[in-house]
Formats: sequence, structure tokens, C-alpha cells
Amino acid sequence: MTATLHTPEPQVLDRVDERVVRRRLGPGRRIRFAFWIGPALVLALWSAGSATGVITPAILSAPWDVVVAFEDQWVNHDLLGNILSSLQRAAIGLTLGVVTGAVLAVVSGLSRIGESLIDGPIQIKRSVPTLAVIPLFIAWFGIDQEMKIITIALISLVPIYIHTHNGLRSIDGKYAELAETIGIGRGEFVRHVVLPGALPGFLLGMRFAVTASLLGLVVVEQYNAVAGIGHMITLAEQYGQTDVIVVGLVIYGVFGYCADSAVRLTGRRVLAWRQTLEG
Amino acid sequence: MATDARGLTTEVAVRVRDLHRSFNKDGGVLNGLDLDIAPGEFVALIGRSGTGKSTLLRALAGLDRDVAGHGRITVPEQVSVVFQDSRLLPWKRVLDNVVLGLRGPDAADRGRNALEEVGLAGRERAWPYQLSGGEQQRAALARSLVRQPQLLLADEPFGALDALTRIRMHALLRKLCAAHRPAVLLVTHDVDEAIVLADRVILLDAGVVRTDVRVELTNRVRSDAEFARLRTLLLDELGVDEEARR
Repeated sequence: MTATLHTPEPQVLDRVDERVVRRRLGPGRRIRFAFWIGPALVLALWSAGSATGVITPAILSAPWDVVVAFEDQWVNHDLLGNILSSLQRAAIGLTLGVVTGAVLAVVSGLSRIGESLIDGPIQIKRSVPTLAVIPLFIAWFGIDQEMKIITIALISLVPIYIHTHNGLRSIDGKYAELAETIGIGRGEFVRHVVLPGALPGFLLGMRFAVTASLLGLVVVEQYNAVAGIGHMITLAEQYGQTDVIVVGLVIYGVFGYCADSAVRLTGRRVLAWRQTLEG
Repeated sequence: MATDARGLTTEVAVRVRDLHRSFNKDGGVLNGLDLDIAPGEFVALIGRSGTGKSTLLRALAGLDRDVAGHGRITVPEQVSVVFQDSRLLPWKRVLDNVVLGLRGPDAADRGRNALEEVGLAGRERAWPYQLSGGEQQRAALARSLVRQPQLLLADEPFGALDALTRIRMHALLRKLCAAHRPAVLLVTHDVDEAIVLADRVILLDAGVVRTDVRVELTNRVRSDAEFARLRTLLLDELGVDEEARR
């Protein structure tokens, strides 16, 4: 050892590293591609079940049959058009719902008058099943795009409102006090304190809203749609094409999962200021 | 403008007259308190728990709108508050916290200068949670000073810091106050801290000023005879017995 001490090459292997390390109680470090492991496993089980005959086609079409049906729909029945049509509906409805829900949550969260006007009706709307309201919406808005978008917007508005409102009200009051002492206006208070403070709640609401908008999509596309995944499923139902129904379900699943992952990734980025188990 | 004993007008930064505040109808926390603070004067406010130190500070800061009471308060236009906790917004980086609400194209530069002054140059992009307790409090000081306050209100700003950090913060605060010359009202429970920092120490008891002493020290060290005399005086007034103060 004495001789090697003076050589420029460091003896890394000899270096002692004895530690006392506590057992980790949190979830620990991230796994690569963690988002895809669970779904891939489900797909593997489904394939194995279909291949061994445990899952008969009468119960659920095999993945490869679904792939064939997907190809058929894509080539012969304008599947891409259906997907884009559905995506457009969901996106417009979701955007409307998210913006309205967030604005209502901030107004109701920051003003007692706003709260008394807004909060009650939204809680009432929340307890009325959307499915039950659709006949009324058809009477009001007709059976075209307008009714569909409004329904989706209303469905996704509720979770955004609830979670943003809750996130906003959970902001520590001492930050409001600080804002008062440095003399910023209400606009700046909303921008610098309220919105960032309510962001974790908003993002949770967003995860619910995304799936709620897909749910709304399925329902509204059963009415007078000429395009869309829901329309495709409704047709397949009439012709008894289970494989096509599964194609639709898989597409919904992929939509929902991708959108949710996107929200979570965004959340991890914009909430980098937090030190949580999320890591 | 106020008038002193010789009838001359003198300027005050803070003027409080007959201030009453109470949280319930049984008894007041502040009972007719009078206080003047001159511009640039550093006043330390001591007193046992519940004697109204924080209540007075919050009244001067304008943070007691829901507290019952009456009286007259005059404070300057620019008042900054430093709390016991730094109150850095956890979702804003340090520099953004310092310049929060500042206007003008040079806001960021002023913020950087303030951070440099408190020894946090290079930490502009850090998140608050990445700073130590002392660093967070220095950032809070920078946030206060960048607004060039005529009155700095500090509610036990070093109460949560360890003893070594606290000594460093004392030196920093003295340096900053010498440079910027705000009037300061520092609430503390630490008699030594009050003597080390202040030009004047005020002792609050039962909601009124009980003792008001000027600190005239050439060396602000504990071995100084005047320091020891003041310390004994104030501890006596606080009712701390001989046994406990060793």
C-alpha cells in the first residue's frame, strides 16, 4: 500500500466504504419505463390466456384477432377518421371544461360571494348523473356536436373544480399574509401565490378530468354520431363484432393511459419545487 | 411630525399612541401603549410570552384587521416584515421570491444585488427547500431589504436558528441596517440578542412599555461592563432570578 500511495492511479477497488444504511420506507428510485410495465403484463396475460384457450373468443377476442380487426377498420372503415373525430370532441370539451372549472374554482376559492353562488350548483350538478341529463341537453342543444361538447365539458369540469378548489384552500394562510406585507395586488397574488399553490390539486383534477372526458365521449357518441370511436362501437354492437368492440376499448384505454401519463409527467416537471415521495 | 421636550419638531418613523388590542373581552393584550421610533433607529422589543410583543408588531404591519381594539398608529410608506419562518414561496426559485411583486426593468438586478448582500450570490436559481434554515432566513432578509423599507419589522427572525447561525445573522443584520438605515423593530425573547443588535431596548409588560433603555456600547461584547449592567437590568425586569440566568 505504501508504494502504491504515490502512484497517480487511484486504487478505487481498495477504498473502504462501510455504511450503516437504513431500510428504505419510501418507494425509492424510479424504474425506467415503469409506466409500461403493468400494461405490458396485462397484455401478456391476455395473450397467454387466449393462446391456451382459457379466454375463449366468446368472452374476449384474442389480441391478434383485435390487431386484424384494427387493420380492417383502419383500411376499410376509416378508423383514423373515427379516432381524430373522437379526439377532437374530447379535446374541445376537455379544454372548455378545464378552463371553466379552474376559473370557477379560483373565483369560488377567493371570494365568499363567489363561493356562495358557485359552489352549491356545482355540488348539485355533481350528484346528478350526466347520463340522466343528456335527454335534456338534446332538447336544448340538439343532437349534434354542440350537445356532445357541452356534455364532455360539464363532465370534466367537476373534478377540475373540486380538486383546484381544494388545492387552493389548502394553501398555507401565512403565504397570503406575506403577500399582504409586500403589498402585491390581487392579480399578482393569484398569479404568484394562488395558481402555483393550487397546481398540485389542479393536476390531480386533470387526471380525473381526462378520464371523465373519455367517459363522456363514449356516452355522447352513441347519439347520432357519424364518426368517432363510440360510433364505431355502437355499429359493432349491432353487428355482433366483439373484436371491433375490443378495438374501440383498446383505443379508449390507450388514449386514457397516454393522457394520464402526460399529466403525471407534466406534474413531475412543474412540481419540481416539492420534496415528496413522488421523487 | 412630532414635538420633543424643547418644542422642536422631530421626525419619527413610527408613532403609536394609546394602542389597545384584545382577543377577548376579559382582558387586553395591549393596554394603552405609546411608542415612538426615530428614522434609522434600531429598537428591540422584549418581554415574556403573552405580553403583546407580536400583537404590537402585527398591528404596525397592518396584519391585525380582525383584532378588536383602538388607538393611533403612524408608520412609513414602505414597511417590510421578516417572520420567524422565512415564508419563501416553495414554488418560486430564490431570486423570484426576492423580487416577488417588484416592478421595473431592473427588478432582477436589484434582487441579485440583495442576494449578494446577504451572501447568497449563486443561489438565485435554487428552490427554497434546497437552502438551509439560515440561508432561507437570509433570503427572506434580502426580500425585505430589496424593497428599501423605511421600517423593518422582524418577529423573532432568528428564533428557529441554531446558536452559531444566529451569531452570523446578528452580524449580517447589523451590517445591513448600517447600510440601509431603516427604522427597525425587532421582537425577540433573547435579552443578549436585543443588546447586541439594538440602539434601544423596550420591555413590554401587561401590554404597556415598562422599561425603555438606550444601548450605548462601543463594543457589543458580553464582557463589556455596560453590556453586563444592561443584561442584569433587563433580566431583573423580566423576573428571571439569579439562579436561572447562569
